[in-house]
Amino acid sequence: MSADSTPNTPKNTASGNDVASGAASGASTNPAVDGSELIRFDKVTKRFGSHTVLDALDMNVYSGKHVTLIGPSGSGKTTILRLLMTLLKPDEGTITLAGEYLTHEKKGDKLVPASDKHSRQIRKNIGMVFQQFNLFPNMKVLRNITEAPVHVLGLDKDAAEERARELLDLVGLTEHLDKYPTQLSGGQQQRVAIARALAMRPQVLLLDEVTSALDPELVAGVLDVLRDIAHTTDITMLCVTHEMNFARDISDCVMMFDAGRVIEFGPPEQIFTDPEHERTREFLSAVL
Amino acid sequence: MSDISWGLWKLLLNGVWITVQLTVYSAALGVVVAFGIGIARTHRLRIVRFLSGAYFEIFRGTSALIFMFWVFFVLPLAFGWQLVPMWAAVLALGMTYGAYGSEIVRGAIAAVSPGQREAAIALSFSPAQQLRKVILPQAWPEMVPPFNNLAIELLKGTALVSLLGVPDIAFGAQLVRNATTRSAPVYTIILVMYFVLAFVLTRGMRVVERHAKAGIGQAPPKRAGLTTTLSIGKQTSPIGPVARTAAGPTTGAATEGEA
Amino acid sequence: MKFDWSAVGDFMPLFWRGVVVTLEVLALGSLMAFALGLVWALAQRSSLKVVRWPVTALTEFVRNTPLLVQLFFLFYVMPEWGVTLTAMVTGVLGLGLHYSTYTAEVYRAGIDGVPVGQWEAATALSLPRSRTWIAVILPQAIRRVVPALGNYVIAMLKDSPMLFAIGVLEMLGQARQFSSQTFQTVEAYTVVGIAFILIAYPASLLLRALERRLVR
Repeated sequence: MSADSTPNTPKNTASGNDVASGAASGASTNPAVDGSELIRFDKVTKRFGSHTVLDALDMNVYSGKHVTLIGPSGSGKTTILRLLMTLLKPDEGTITLAGEYLTHEKKGDKLVPASDKHSRQIRKNIGMVFQQFNLFPNMKVLRNITEAPVHVLGLDKDAAEERARELLDLVGLTEHLDKYPTQLSGGQQQRVAIARALAMRPQVLLLDEVTSALDPELVAGVLDVLRDIAHTTDITMLCVTHEMNFARDISDCVMMFDAGRVIEFGPPEQIFTDPEHERTREFLSAVL
Repeated sequence: MSDISWGLWKLLLNGVWITVQLTVYSAALGVVVAFGIGIARTHRLRIVRFLSGAYFEIFRGTSALIFMFWVFFVLPLAFGWQLVPMWAAVLALGMTYGAYGSEIVRGAIAAVSPGQREAAIALSFSPAQQLRKVILPQAWPEMVPPFNNLAIELLKGTALVSLLGVPDIAFGAQLVRNATTRSAPVYTIILVMYFVLAFVLTRGMRVVERHAKAGIGQAPPKRAGLTTTLSIGKQTSPIGPVARTAAGPTTGAATEGEA
Repeated sequence: MKFDWSAVGDFMPLFWRGVVVTLEVLALGSLMAFALGLVWALAQRSSLKVVRWPVTALTEFVRNTPLLVQLFFLFYVMPEWGVTLTAMVTGVLGLGLHYSTYTAEVYRAGIDGVPVGQWEAATALSLPRSRTWIAVILPQAIRRVVPALGNYVIAMLKDSPMLFAIGVLEMLGQARQFSSQTFQTVEAYTVVGIAFILIAYPASLLLRALERRLVR
């Protein structure tokens, strides 16, 4: 399936019919530090009613890579993030994180859909930043960040606050830690949301159109923070965005989606300057 | 009114105390039922949802007074459970109004924006933690105004117990009427008493509402006009539709973009 | 303790008489609540303070005090004022008056819900004020509030047993009388309790269906 879906992607390096191993390794300028395969989608299909959003998708992402998913809306990019976050369950196929099943668990020899407990255990390694921030309005900024580390990871309160202060410093909001989210601007809220996700020390950070709900003048501040994180940490990032300059800056690999399939992928300089596929060219000329 | 002696006044004031107790105890039981059933109605297991939904539908279809009669007269005969009248009344009122309250709880939970639950999942909170730390604190301020309406309905509902011999305000009024052989003064007085109790209740709930809203960083609501001075206004519905309005407007403060 | 089915049989003729009375009270009370509520709602929009204030005060007062006490008030106090009414009429008046304060709020919300543009269009066409109300505003407002009014009919049904307290022999009154004569308490009250659920539940389902159709 996936091989068919990418008929003209000659830069597919490692395995001929595995789209995104190419995706990740296609971006690997330095295979030695690549680390191992972290995320694997194996023939993942997701339907909403009769509409197939993802069609037997294969892909994998290597540890420490920054992958940007682009494509027209409705092409399945966000669905991938939501599947990884277990906000959705795949109809077919499996997803693994660092070799462990996220969507399933082993019962004897059989693979059964994961229990809540199992997916909660695995997804602790994944953090997500949402388009609409989704900060908890009933908690002040500091507690938004410390709540999960304390009550999910079992960190002691002082350590969690220490970590939260460092992260607030990173996102430039130290002076706002005692405010409620509704007292902050959208851009500030989103930076808090980034700090909140990082406080869990996830291996993977999912960014779901994190600037789409922001007023234009607030976008830059958020993107600067993310650039900083991308360049100074070894966290693996999956990013759905319409900010093409940002994608170009931080990505090791850009994947172009259309109608539930990856139609093209490669390093940003190649995708943005010399795309192979006509659809990609159309899409880029529309958004750039 | 001068023909109501001090002894009769004392009777009425004792009745006020009984009515207040009935209201408080029934409300306490009602809140427990409302949250228990309301949360169960959002449970992910179908059987839990079905049973709690059945509880709600049965009590929504039942007249509080008839259920009260049933608890008073049928339970002792059929099952041998004889309750003190006061507690039988609390049981009947609490279970009935709790059922209506469950719709308020369910509606307010449903009105919390889905993004909040998703964010809680993304932070790996357990289902109980999601409810306790994220969903309920946000749903709570939405529940307070409809709970206020319901509390006033409950206060009014307590008058029913007088028909079963519990010496509340309305029961006291009967005695005073018999003693003075005049009805107009005493019934006017007790209607005013109920109105004052409702007023106090609304004032109290207003304070609760302000606290609840402040707890999620929202400014307290502004109200104006005659109904502010009377202060019991703005309740649009009794029990049936109370439940509906609870499911209505959502705040979802965090999702509304710029503060 | 056994459930005596023959007692249920004995109770049935009385029960049906009670059902008829309950439905009569409900129908008349609803009509009164619908009509009086509209009067209150319109009066509260009056430009005259002397109309607005007393009506608001009255409806607030009636809505926030118990129906049962209001029934006693009407039943015992009216004769002292020289107006003697039957229990049934008193019951209908009490129920209708009490619920008119709720329907007034419903109408008010419905009227407020008619878009401002409708008023402006009526003004632009120079429609007289009465015509604007009758032909433009009320038809739109009432369509929207039908389900909410229906909910109050169900609420009135559930409050109608209170009328036994002033001697109306509706369902509960019949059950009470039957049980005091035969001591078949369990059967009579259980039949009436189930009857209420059997009437109220389908009615509320019907209303929900109606609501989906009328309110978009």
